[in-house]
Amino acid sequence: MRYIPNSPEERAEMLREIGYSTIEQLFRPIPERFRLKGPLRLPPARSEVEVLAFFRELAARNAAATEYALFLGAGAYHHFIPSVVDALISRAEFATVYTPYQPEIAQGTLQALFEYQTLICQLTGMEVANASLYDGSTALAEAVLMAERVTRRREILLARSVHPEYRQVIATYTRAFDVTLRLLEYDPETGGIDLRAVTPSAKTAALIVQSPNFFGVIEDIAALAERAHEVGALLIVAITEPISLGLLRPPGELGADIVVGEGQSFGLPLSFGGPYLGIFATRERFVRQMPGRIIGQAFDQQGRRGFVMTLATREQYIRREKATSNICTSQELCAIMAAIYLSTMGPRGLREVAEQNAQKAAYLAREIARQSGFRLRFSGSHFNEFVIQSEWPVALVLDRLRERKILGGLPLEPYYPELRECLLVCVTEMIPRSMMETYLQVLDEL
Amino acid sequence: MRETPCHVSRDEALIFERSHPGRAAYSLPPLDVPTVPLETWIEARFLRPDPVAGLPEVSEVDVIRHFTRLSRWNYAVDVGMYPLGSCTMKYNPKMNDQAARLEGFALHHPLTPEELSQGSLDVLKMLEELLCEITGMVAGCLQPAAGAHGELTGLLLIRACLEARGDPRRKVLIPDSAHGTNPASAAICGYSVQTIPSNERGLIDLDALRRAADRDLAALMLTNPNTLGLFEEEIEEITRIVHEAGGLVYMDGANMNALVGIARPGDMGVDVIHLNVHKTFSTPHGGGGPGAGPVLVTAELEPFLPVPRIVRRADGRLALDYDRPYSIGRVRAFYGNFGVLVRGLSYILTMGPEGLREVAETAVLNANYLAHHLKDTYEIAYPGPVMHEVVFSDKRQRAYGVRNVDIAKRLIDYGFHPPTMSFPLIVPGALMVEPTETECREELDLFIAAMKAIDRECRENPELVRTAPHRTRLGRLDEVAAARHPVLRWRPQASPSRAEAPPDGAPSERIGSSES
Repeated sequence: MRYIPNSPEERAEMLREIGYSTIEQLFRPIPERFRLKGPLRLPPARSEVEVLAFFRELAARNAAATEYALFLGAGAYHHFIPSVVDALISRAEFATVYTPYQPEIAQGTLQALFEYQTLICQLTGMEVANASLYDGSTALAEAVLMAERVTRRREILLARSVHPEYRQVIATYTRAFDVTLRLLEYDPETGGIDLRAVTPSAKTAALIVQSPNFFGVIEDIAALAERAHEVGALLIVAITEPISLGLLRPPGELGADIVVGEGQSFGLPLSFGGPYLGIFATRERFVRQMPGRIIGQAFDQQGRRGFVMTLATREQYIRREKATSNICTSQELCAIMAAIYLSTMGPRGLREVAEQNAQKAAYLAREIARQSGFRLRFSGSHFNEFVIQSEWPVALVLDRLRERKILGGLPLEPYYPELRECLLVCVTEMIPRSMMETYLQVLDEL
Repeated sequence: MRETPCHVSRDEALIFERSHPGRAAYSLPPLDVPTVPLETWIEARFLRPDPVAGLPEVSEVDVIRHFTRLSRWNYAVDVGMYPLGSCTMKYNPKMNDQAARLEGFALHHPLTPEELSQGSLDVLKMLEELLCEITGMVAGCLQPAAGAHGELTGLLLIRACLEARGDPRRKVLIPDSAHGTNPASAAICGYSVQTIPSNERGLIDLDALRRAADRDLAALMLTNPNTLGLFEEEIEEITRIVHEAGGLVYMDGANMNALVGIARPGDMGVDVIHLNVHKTFSTPHGGGGPGAGPVLVTAELEPFLPVPRIVRRADGRLALDYDRPYSIGRVRAFYGNFGVLVRGLSYILTMGPEGLREVAETAVLNANYLAHHLKDTYEIAYPGPVMHEVVFSDKRQRAYGVRNVDIAKRLIDYGFHPPTMSFPLIVPGALMVEPTETECREELDLFIAAMKAIDRECRENPELVRTAPHRTRLGRLDEVAAARHPVLRWRPQASPSRAEAPPDGAPSERIGSSES
């Protein structure tokens, strides 16, 4: 086996050297009856050529962005990834290392993560950020648990316009607790949260909104923060499309107490849903209630600057059942990818890519709305996603688009029964105008 | 001009400190649609007036040099032995990365219609089936993104199962040798934690278990082999006690590298197990993730597994099934860390059944080889034939004023990554060493020689050990001061200055902790 350096002869020698005659003797502590008598029923070992050919064949059975134009978003976005991202994180010095418990030989990971935390603070307008959680959905669930710890209250107001899968994860994470989840309706005209429905009380731990929300509509965070703060509740803002931060005022400036997000747009491939990147940022006063790894600045005896994992007394390996979270391994390499992406784009690049997304989405939305039988469902402000309502069955529309190698959007009815014949459409900088014209042509020919 | 007190690659500033207005590293195609004033699409009050302040302005060369220089300050398993106990730092095969990077996977959107996602669904289905065979379980869920996430999922499954039996219970038993995530996961699932002591051999104290196995027992969380590297020989009796009391057995599969192809937890009465794909199944740990923590269960627990399940329809096509009335729900958006799961499947297909068995055999041999050659030099608190790892302690060296953390830091000077020290809590001054099957005999011999040399240094020149490491770019960092006065982000004005020393008697953070 090429991954095991010692030859069978060397292994036999080592075994004799330590006083055993057979390898089976080493496994004596395992009761005889539990020791397998034959091999596992797994496919036989295959060569590199064969295994890669097998995966190529499987990969070819997917409709990927190589062949199809993706107008799909909904929490996962097809963005440009600069070549430097993959080149750098492919370095074994980043990829094949453990969690940086030994700072003297992990400064590369630690400094890159400190830079990541800074970048997230700059983008969100928050004061502190952790070094990543699993993904946007679990980051939001952790935010709910944190709000409960901070406020000691048990009611959560959750906007129905938050990603449906994120809401499901919150429901799972709070199963074990006596937490009441109250859903907040969206305004059927604007698609934004219906402010009249937002009635937090002195029992409310947090108000949770997503912006841009699942329909691509930008929420009025300042107004929502005011509502939450009036009763001493926290405002949690989830962001599934963080490229929007290149263009939109940051939630931290508008009064958010916790900002969580999905960082996949920052240089991570779609990869059928993961690995992604859970962004988590909050106010400095809540830092000791924050879940996850946190990197801080430190100095050695000569006064040289370095970085360490810090505030570990929040964490499971010190506090065990009293920890703020059970998280151990998170998504640090993905956070480094985001740091490389954001360093590459810089302030102007991020602004430009955000503008391209907004302009392209605005163009397609405008042109679709001109087609007979189609309208823009919501009147609110959008970034790069919007909902169209069709007089045609959406299944038919999607089929026709698929014939032209277009994945035309996500039908919303399975998630929102009232949004019949509605499609969530996303346009990123990766969609050339020619594909949009094809899209429009297909609609025109219906 | 910045001075260079040493080679520039050893003195790399923060990316923000390298920023120069006007530099850029990005390129985008020109916008190809007619533009409108943005305010017609987005209300003006929602728009940022200016680009994000503080983001660095650097060139592509700056980005490459910066992160490449940083990477060189890391110790990696591709550089040398990384014997972090319970972390299974084995070689990460490169072909697995190539498989995951195939464009058909990397550019595959998770909400693509099922009929256009058959390749990725096949990866998931096949991996679930193979992991069931490896563990002896009947069904599984690949959503959990890491081991602790798998623990959370598994305990929620147990909770749902007990509720369905009409017998919800409140207590989870955890041996005192367990990893810290176990009690933390139990707490998140609303359980109270009761610690079960180990006996003089380092195994679960059966009498204590019997006493604790009452009508309130929901589950025992068991790591087997445990974190001392010892197999729980009484596993059959352990699972019997728990089951007879009406509880379920959760197994933390972090140490599965000792068992693959040798024995199956499902055959031993385990009800739920999580695996760490980033340990046993060779995927790169990435400096703390991404990992994957699939959960495998018995038939009784299957109805409660998270949605969606991947099922094969009558026509052979794979589909996502959400119609599971007893499901605990989702534990993550989409389907898990797919890219990690592709790598894990690639590993299993490469190894085959004999290869996996060879992994466990070699890993266990290597650990016993180290134990044999170092047992006269370093105390082994719980001697006995070990499985994949061995826990030494600093008991003998402490007589010279040297602690485990000092030995660990000195190992860095000899070119090795230190062992795990933060647990098991039952071994004071623990040095938990897991060589894995990746290490060849010469590397093991070098490690043995280094450990013996450090022991000599402890006796002859303890100060040398106490002040290690000496050959790294930075010396020991003051973690206590870092926690007392946290600086968690860069700010424009803050030039680096020595952190204030903590007042005397301040509670100290653990220094140099490590864990899996």
